[in-house]
Formats: sequence, C-alpha cells, structure tokens
Amino acid sequence: MTDIILPPPDEGTLARRSEIIAGLRRLLPQESVISDIDERRPYETDALTAYRRLPLAVVLPETTAEVSAILRFLNAEGVKVVARGAGTSLAGGALPAEDAVVLGVAKMSKVLDINYENRTAQVQVGITNIAISQAVEHAEFFYAPDPSSQLACTLAGNIAMNSGGAHCLKYGVTTNNLLGVKAVLMDGTVVEFGGDYLDSPGYDFLGLLTGSEGQLAVVTEATVRILRKAEGARPVLMGFDSADAAGACVADIIGSGIIPVAIEYMDRPAIKVCENFAHAGYPLDVEALLIIEVEGSEEEIAFYLDKIASIAEAHKPSVVKVSQSDMESAAIWKGRKAAFGAMGRVSDYLCMDGTIPTGQLPQVLKRIGEIVESYGLGVANIFHAGDGNLHPLILYDMNDPEDLRKAEACGADILTLCVEAGGCLTGEHGVGIEKRDLMVHQFTETDLAYQMAVKGVFDPQWLLNPAKVFPLEGRPEPARAPVGKAA
Amino acid sequence: MVASYEPADEKETVEAVTEARSKGLPMEIAGGGTKRGLGRPIQAGAALSMAKLTGITLYEPAELVISAKAGTALADVEAALDEKGQQLAFEPMDYGAIYGAPAGRPSIGSVAACNLSGPRRIYAGAARDSLIGVRVVTGKGEAMKNGGRVMKNVTGYDLVKFSAGAFGTLGILTEVTFKVLPQAETTATLVFSGLDDESARTLMSEALSSPFEITGAAHLPGLLGDEARTLLRLEGFEASITYRIGELRRELRSYGAPEVLDTEASKAEWRAIRDVKPLAERVDGKALWRISTAPTRAPSLARAIRTKTDADLFYDWGGGLIWLTVPERSDAAEPVVRAAVAEAGGHATLVRASETIRAAIDVFEPLAEPVMALTRATKSVFDPDRILNPSRMYAGV
Repeated sequence: MTDIILPPPDEGTLARRSEIIAGLRRLLPQESVISDIDERRPYETDALTAYRRLPLAVVLPETTAEVSAILRFLNAEGVKVVARGAGTSLAGGALPAEDAVVLGVAKMSKVLDINYENRTAQVQVGITNIAISQAVEHAEFFYAPDPSSQLACTLAGNIAMNSGGAHCLKYGVTTNNLLGVKAVLMDGTVVEFGGDYLDSPGYDFLGLLTGSEGQLAVVTEATVRILRKAEGARPVLMGFDSADAAGACVADIIGSGIIPVAIEYMDRPAIKVCENFAHAGYPLDVEALLIIEVEGSEEEIAFYLDKIASIAEAHKPSVVKVSQSDMESAAIWKGRKAAFGAMGRVSDYLCMDGTIPTGQLPQVLKRIGEIVESYGLGVANIFHAGDGNLHPLILYDMNDPEDLRKAEACGADILTLCVEAGGCLTGEHGVGIEKRDLMVHQFTETDLAYQMAVKGVFDPQWLLNPAKVFPLEGRPEPARAPVGKAA
Repeated sequence: MVASYEPADEKETVEAVTEARSKGLPMEIAGGGTKRGLGRPIQAGAALSMAKLTGITLYEPAELVISAKAGTALADVEAALDEKGQQLAFEPMDYGAIYGAPAGRPSIGSVAACNLSGPRRIYAGAARDSLIGVRVVTGKGEAMKNGGRVMKNVTGYDLVKFSAGAFGTLGILTEVTFKVLPQAETTATLVFSGLDDESARTLMSEALSSPFEITGAAHLPGLLGDEARTLLRLEGFEASITYRIGELRRELRSYGAPEVLDTEASKAEWRAIRDVKPLAERVDGKALWRISTAPTRAPSLARAIRTKTDADLFYDWGGGLIWLTVPERSDAAEPVVRAAVAEAGGHATLVRASETIRAAIDVFEPLAEPVMALTRATKSVFDPDRILNPSRMYAGV
C-alpha cells in the first residue's frame, strides 16, 4: 500500500449512486453518461498509476451549458466532481474517488476562432496541446507552452496545472500565454475572465484559476496567444565530465545576456535510456548533457551558437555537437521529449518536479544522489536547467509494495531538499495528491489558510477535486448545505 | 487623517494593520505616492506609508531574479539591474508625467500592486508575468507569502498574480520578487510616416506576425498638426538587428520607406510613449482614459468615441492599447467611452480626472455580476473589515 491517504468515500453518496446517475441522464444525452464498470475503468487513474479509484460515474459534456447543468445538479446533491482532460497528470491531479463523478472535457475539442492579426486562438479546452499548434501551423504560427506530454494532454489540464515545457525559458508557461477563459463555477454559474485583449480587468481571476488544479471552477473555453514561429531553430549538444561544469556553463550563458529558447539537462543514466530509444546521437560517455536551442535566421543562429560555444569553452565540454539538419534536430528533441516514456520501458519510476535556484544545481544534484542511494534505489535526472526545474526519476519496482513506499519517501526527501535550497515542490506538474502532504514544508499554516479560504469562495462545499493540493488535516469545515451563488 | 503609520519591517506592518483594524480605521496605502490620482478617492482614517520599508534583499544576476522590500524606489531597483546589464522586461511605466509629478519616484511595490507594464507588454508581459514571489500583510493583520524566488513554480494557488493589479485592496505587499532579463545590446526603431489609423494598425499586425520579434509597436496619429508616425521597435544583438531591419523594410515596403532611429533615440522615444508623454503634455482640463482591446477593433472603437466627443489619442501594443484624452467636463465622457468599449470588447480605466468625477463614476471597468460577487467574496477573505484602500477599485471592495 502507498503512504498517501485518500479520504474514505461518503457512504451517503454511494448509497444514492443510481439516483445520481439517473439525474445526470436527465441532463445529458445517453452516450454522455458512463456508469458501466468496464467503461469507467479507463478513468480510474492518470499518469500516477500507483493510485487507482473507480469513479461513481463519468460524464462527457459537449457544451458549456451541459457543464453548467451538471455542476448545478451535483452541487445541489453535494456530490464531488473531478474534472479530467486527458488524464496525463504525473501528480495524480485527475485521480478520481469512489464517491466522485469524473467530468471529462475530451468531447469539447473544437477550435472556435483563429485571428492571425490579433495573434489569438479561441478553443474549447478539451483540445490537445499539440492540436492548437497544428491548427495554425500552415500559417507558420504555434502555441508556445510545450509540455512533454503535448501529443496527448489537453489545454484543460494545462490550465489546471499551469503547465510549462522545454521552451518556457523564452516563451513562459501557460499562465503567460492565456488571455481569457470561460468557466463554470460549482453552482453552475458561467463566468468569463479576460478576453482576446491584454490584462483582464479587476482582480486577476484568470491568473488565480490557472494552476488551481481543477479546484475552483471547470474551464470550458479559452483564448490563447499564438505566436509566429522563428525563421529557424537549432539545438547544440554539449557533454561535460561533471554536473558542476554543466551547471556553471548554464549560469555563464544566462549571465552573458543570451536567453536561449531552451536549456535541457540529462545525466548519464537518462542519456543512455533516451539514446537507446531515439538514436538522437547523444554522447554516451559524459556525466552531463546539455541541449541548448537558439532561434532566428541562419545568420542569427550561427551568431548565438558561436557566442555560446565560446562561453562554454571555459567549462571544457568534452563534446560539442551542433545539429546539422532539421532531421537531426527533430531526433534530438524526440529523445528529450520521449525521456519519460523511454524510461518507463526500462523501469517503473516516480517523476519528481521540484525547482531550485539554478546556482544550487551542483550541490542539489550531489545531495539527490546521496538520498537515492540511502534508499537503495536508482535515479535518472532530466530537467530544464535554464529555470532550475528538476525532474529526478526515481526508479523502483511497482510490483514490490515496499519499493514503492521507499520511492515515495525518497521523493519526499528530494522535494523537501528543493524547498530547503530556496526552491519549491513543483515547477510544472502540480501538487495533486502526490505532493499534498508536503505542502507544510513550503507554506506556513497562514499561507495555506488563505489559499483554502479562496477555494471556499468558489466552492463552499469543497466538492471540486477536494482530495488534492491541501493536506487533509487543518482544512476548514466545508459548508454543509448548497449555498447557491458564490458570494 | 487621524493616524499615520510608517512601518520599517513586516512585523511593524502587521502591528499597524492590527491597530488600525481594532480602531476601525480604513487605511490608504502609499509607496512613492505617485499614483494617488489613480482609482476612486479613498475615505481613509489612516495613512500607511511604505517609505521606510526599503532595500534590495536578494539579487542573483545569473539566476535572473531580484527581491526588494516594497517601498524601495523603482529607480533604485532599475539602477542595480542596470549595473549588471539587466532589466525588468515588462518596462513599467511612470505615471509622474500624467499626474504632473517628478519622474522616477514610484516604489517597486506599486509596480506590482498596479500591475504596471509598458510598450514591451506585447512581447514580455506585464508586471504579473514577471512577478514570482510576494510577502503580504492582509487586512486581518496576518503575514503570508506566495510564490518564491524561482521562476517556475506551480505549488499551490497563484496568489502572486492575484495580488498583482489588486491596488492594495487585498493586502499590503511588503516584499516582491521579480524575474529579470538581460537588457538588449542594441535597440532600433523603424518609423513610418503619414499612415491613417487603419493602415497603421494593419502595418503593426503584419510586423507583429513576422518572425522578427518586434518588442514595441505604437501609432501616434497627427497631434497638433504633426505628421502621423508609426513606430516598430527591435531589440537584440547588432548583427541580428541589422538583418531584421532589412527584412522588415522589404516586407513592409508598401507602407513607405521608414526612417531608422538608433539606440539612444529609440530609448528616448519609447520612454515617452511608455509614460504617455504625447498626451500628458496637454492634459490640463482633460480626462485621460486607458483602453485595452483587440488591435483589429481598436480603430473603429476610437472612431466611435470621436464621433461623439473631441478626443486626442494614440495607440500602443500594436493597436491593442489606446491612450485617449477627452474634455473633462462633468463626466469625463464616461457614457461614450463605456459604450464604445462594450461594443468592441475590452476594458477602460479612467486614469486621470478630478476627485469629484472619480468618486461619481466607475474608474475601473464595471464587472459582470457573477465576477463582481467573486470580487467581493475574495476581498472578504483577505480584508473582511475593508480597511485596506477601501473602494479604491470598486465601491464596497
């Protein structure tokens, strides 16, 4: 068994299951309500597969009006709701509960409007991240945030977790690329924050909703910024004999005034697995590999790569290899973006997501190695070096319950280390259930009390994704009866 | 005012709020005091000055991060960054010119509290996009933090952004942490002449949709008989700038041959646009509005206002930001402006008008009722007794 405690299901809700399903069927077309046990099974977990709970039912609405009707009904019934995009959360953000209805947004995946002159795209949030870029690719535009799971993950999940990606060093994360949303509150009220213009008026509810892990409202539509692609982009691979040298090189590049679009880091175990999978030409005999990508015209790319190479020289890279073709560049990125999947073919793992001040990189990496060793486990490190977002993959055997328990304890130690180093528990994956109980290491009781009070404003009964983000102890007493308007 | 507070640290800020709260005294919070004319007038029983809460507390150039106590002058923060060739990328504007105050006085806390930005907003975001950590004293006299000093952080709710642009109505910012970026080595500006609003808007859209990374796009229609000027800014390394100027000249040749401004001239020009100098110089007797909308709808929005009242204006943000003066009279042409903005989509803020007018009409864009309900309810979480800048943004909030 795992160490993270999930609240026991509400017996009253379980007893009313058929009534609740009947109520949902009155609101939606037959095929949009899933109650059969086999059909519910695919929704029992997300990418944190160690945890599974079969939901009470699954609903797949197609419109904002349907979402509103569902939430109004479930709010009145006091039934919990877990909103779900593609279920790719590594933090258990979409993990259901036996007494909760899963609200999947997968059917709401339309592009509603694209405006190249204003550089905006209005979409339904069930659209996958990559599909936004694909919809504007013929005009040489793209949607910037690019999480590794972008082929599958939805904008809905990206908004819920404020997802980042390899290229956010230059382009920012989801919250920096979102202009407006349409969302439904737990009581069914439809609200709009922002629009297709800059700076939403009043309090920044748009910023508050982004990264609130599906606990404040269910977003149904969004207007995002689309950007014109650079004329070209090219990565360079640099291998180093030590983490120290690679870390110092990153600091010097950034200190020099160059902000590459991406600076990715892999250690020896990660390089090996990714190279075997993608045949990207990664050097295998180095301790640390940097993938640094720059953008611009041919002349600009050459200029930046020259400058980076001359800065790197002081740190004695053992390998410097500039991509010579688009195919080679694609392979380099394929290796990096497939890292988690490739690692999964070799071993079960828990993917950590702490951020640290980049200056602490060598010390923290050394300490991570020691922590993992003390548990008798293995680790592969893959991360966004430019912004200090670490993804240590703790390798373990899922079939051995003791191993999972050790891996979780090891992960908790690593994340606590990130906080002690001046960083945070999660840079882009979210808290979910995975890091819920660690929140007390980063926040005081007062810090958490205000965040939870904000949840109470949007969702007084604590029905939206309630088992996540905040430790179970110390929560305010939820309102018992439905309270109508969130005011 | 019956009381004034000048806390020197977070603890004294907590004490000040606790005392004011127990006495039922609403407080007006001031950093440099340069933007007191922005927002609805406050009926305060106490003044809280951040003047003693100063100092840069952390600056790591290689990590692109700076922290400062909220009362630190923006000018001091910018000077420290300048020494290392860095900057606040969102280019915070200075309201000094608009309110007839000296430049360079705003505090770094107010930069966050008012979510300031400048022409680079279209490329690098506003203050909220660079703000990564805050320490706050709430209206309950409690100190709390959100965010931190690392630029990628999704731990818990984003109360950093929620604090930005709340004009001190949710809490008193005591310390702020910003992500910073390198200054450009070279800046250049292409200046096209004689375009009407619609052609200028198309030109700016085309330029911003090019791969050449425009970091400023503004259109100054002829004011006082000057010829209209449309400006595009490029920033980066010299070799890259030279290349991009060539490409843009070619792609935009149907709009005429642009003049090119060098780094010094460009900086002066964009500082003036940032601080609304073209209108601030003749703002007496006028009310000043700031309107955000989608660029394609901006010219017709401006036309709708101009058909109803005298107006001088210019466009920033590729057309998406309109700065506009109208005769102040009794209502700052509010019905005309609000109707035009409602029609086009967007939001308008009455940035400069007499206290009487600002007390009588909505200064900030009125919100739909469900959003207003959320606004009141979240205000109650952070400041249940409404003692922090009460009603500065919205009546009763």
